[in-house]
Amino acid sequence: MSTTTTLSSAGSRPKLPPIATLGPLIALVLAVAFFATQSDRFLSIQNFSLILQQVMVVGTIAIGQTLIILTAGIDLSCGMVMALGAMVMTKLAVGSGLNPYLAIVVGLLVCMAFGLVNGLLVTRVKLPPFIVTLGTMNIAFAITQLYSNAQTVTDLPPEMTFFGSTFSIGSAAFNYGTVFMVLMYAFMWWGLRETQPGRHVYAVGNNPEATRLTGIATDRVLLGVYILAGAFYGLASLLSVARTGVGDPNAGQTENLDAITAVVLGGTSLFGGRGIILGSLLGAVIVGVFRNGLTLMGVSSVYQVLITGVLVILAVTTDQLSRKGAR
Amino acid sequence: MTLTISRTCLALSTIALAALSSAAVAADQPVIGLITKTDTNPFFVKMKEGAQSAATAKGAKLLSAAGKADGDNAGQVTAIENMIAGGAKTILITPNDSKAIVPAIKKAQGQGVMFIALDSPADPADATDALFATNNYTAGELIGRYAKAAMGGKPAKIATLDLFPGHPVGAQRHNGFMKGFGLQAPDSKINELGKSAEIVCSADSFGDQAKGQTAMENCLQKNPDINLVYTINEPAAAGAFQALKNAGKEKGVMIVSVDGGCAGVKNVKAGMIAATSQQYPLKMASMGVDAGVEFAKTGKKVSGYTDTGVTLITDKPMSGVDSKDTKVGMDLCWGNK
Repeated sequence: MSTTTTLSSAGSRPKLPPIATLGPLIALVLAVAFFATQSDRFLSIQNFSLILQQVMVVGTIAIGQTLIILTAGIDLSCGMVMALGAMVMTKLAVGSGLNPYLAIVVGLLVCMAFGLVNGLLVTRVKLPPFIVTLGTMNIAFAITQLYSNAQTVTDLPPEMTFFGSTFSIGSAAFNYGTVFMVLMYAFMWWGLRETQPGRHVYAVGNNPEATRLTGIATDRVLLGVYILAGAFYGLASLLSVARTGVGDPNAGQTENLDAITAVVLGGTSLFGGRGIILGSLLGAVIVGVFRNGLTLMGVSSVYQVLITGVLVILAVTTDQLSRKGAR
Repeated sequence: MTLTISRTCLALSTIALAALSSAAVAADQPVIGLITKTDTNPFFVKMKEGAQSAATAKGAKLLSAAGKADGDNAGQVTAIENMIAGGAKTILITPNDSKAIVPAIKKAQGQGVMFIALDSPADPADATDALFATNNYTAGELIGRYAKAAMGGKPAKIATLDLFPGHPVGAQRHNGFMKGFGLQAPDSKINELGKSAEIVCSADSFGDQAKGQTAMENCLQKNPDINLVYTINEPAAAGAFQALKNAGKEKGVMIVSVDGGCAGVKNVKAGMIAATSQQYPLKMASMGVDAGVEFAKTGKKVSGYTDTGVTLITDKPMSGVDSKDTKVGMDLCWGNK
């Protein structure tokens, strides 16, 4: 009987207390309102398009990170895996003259392979995700440096920088990469809500043991999540390459914590099983809004770091309190 | 903040102690230690290269090590201890933390070790026996004077893409640039960024290309009429160029920078950067090794500050401002050509 109860609750659509959903939205609206009063150049479609461009790499990494955090895991390797993917793509295309599309696919596969390794170590060897990804983060960093000889790759073929180019609607220029990022969010939002595997991700994060007892292959769900996350890091590689126009071996060094910050700001619980993926996009945008707004005000970016810290604590506290309330 | 934390996580990936493997040292062979900030930055790779070739030429043995990440003091302290155990009598060091390294230096000096700071000083500067470094204020002044001449009296709207708050090198280059441009500027001892009406936007780039791009985009949003960009280094300059290009403004805006890495000189040649102040890590290191060998032979220590020089590299020279072209710059640059 208890099993059926767990099954139905584990299998149902995730329900969230409104505060966790609304929190990031309120923070964003307040920040936007504040900066709008401080700078007359802040409130424009073009500026928001710019902010989206600036967060598209972290935002895309945050999709993969959200999936993993929903299973009560964490991924420290994401930024370094992204950097490795970018080096593989650019070096193969420029250095080896491989067809750019093929080079992109190889880069994606490398990132997914890292996801596979992370997933296998978590599910088969039963290692904690934190330690596993700490290890693979360092491995990915070292391989990136060795493979690239610490050299930046330039003169990329246009296929690789497509997502960095823009199209105009009216007077505002939009960037293809940001559109792609938003589509990826929409896709995963639908996938997590409406599909069986999506709901299994929440179930595994909520209560892995109960989920396993209902006959769901939890290890397979976890493995799938890590590989899929790797794929998103690979797509982030492509966006990063497109945005900067180079393959940069020193990229990605702060992206792991930046992505975790975005996920947490977005209201996803670090304990797993609760959260809405669109929140992570809001989380990434909030950080971008503060960086942009403070620069427009002429204020040091250290305050952005300070405010981000305060918001993270607020978000986690909200999550903790609402968990208590739910019991 | 996140920068520091994740770089610390990186710690495991880079090996702090290197080159201490061969313990057997010929009794009379001078042993010289080189401790750089990190071992991934091409600047320090070049420095190590210079030290190694000078050591080979002079028959000295070079031990080298690096901090695990930019800012890692503990790793450098460990390296000092290990190098003394390895028989080093001269240690060349680029301090990661100018103040925190001082007690370890003092302790080692008590054991008769000579210290030469390379590239950046300890704090106080006289904590090391000598300092071989670029004058960062002069480096800034050169590009400031160049920019002033190149603007030709056109009113300047300047963006500065700085390092990060509180770093002396960031302040010296920024303030030197202002002085060279003829603006009211703090002197070389002040560790704060100077302000002026001509500087319409200042943002931190962390010396990183992607962050430099973001900073430039935000500055253009603040003031679309920016026509001159000062950048702390060439990766930041490359980021600034990308932002200008995306905004369709790369033609009308001049970028000046500091460093003289090969990638940067290439960008000068390509016209992305108008001029850069080139510095010479190889020279710092080879001078350091020479001083170490001299000390081992004669017991004579070096002292004080030696300016290792800086040259303005540009393909569009301005009268009244000394410069060399990118061909010279490429010959002397650091990093892969």
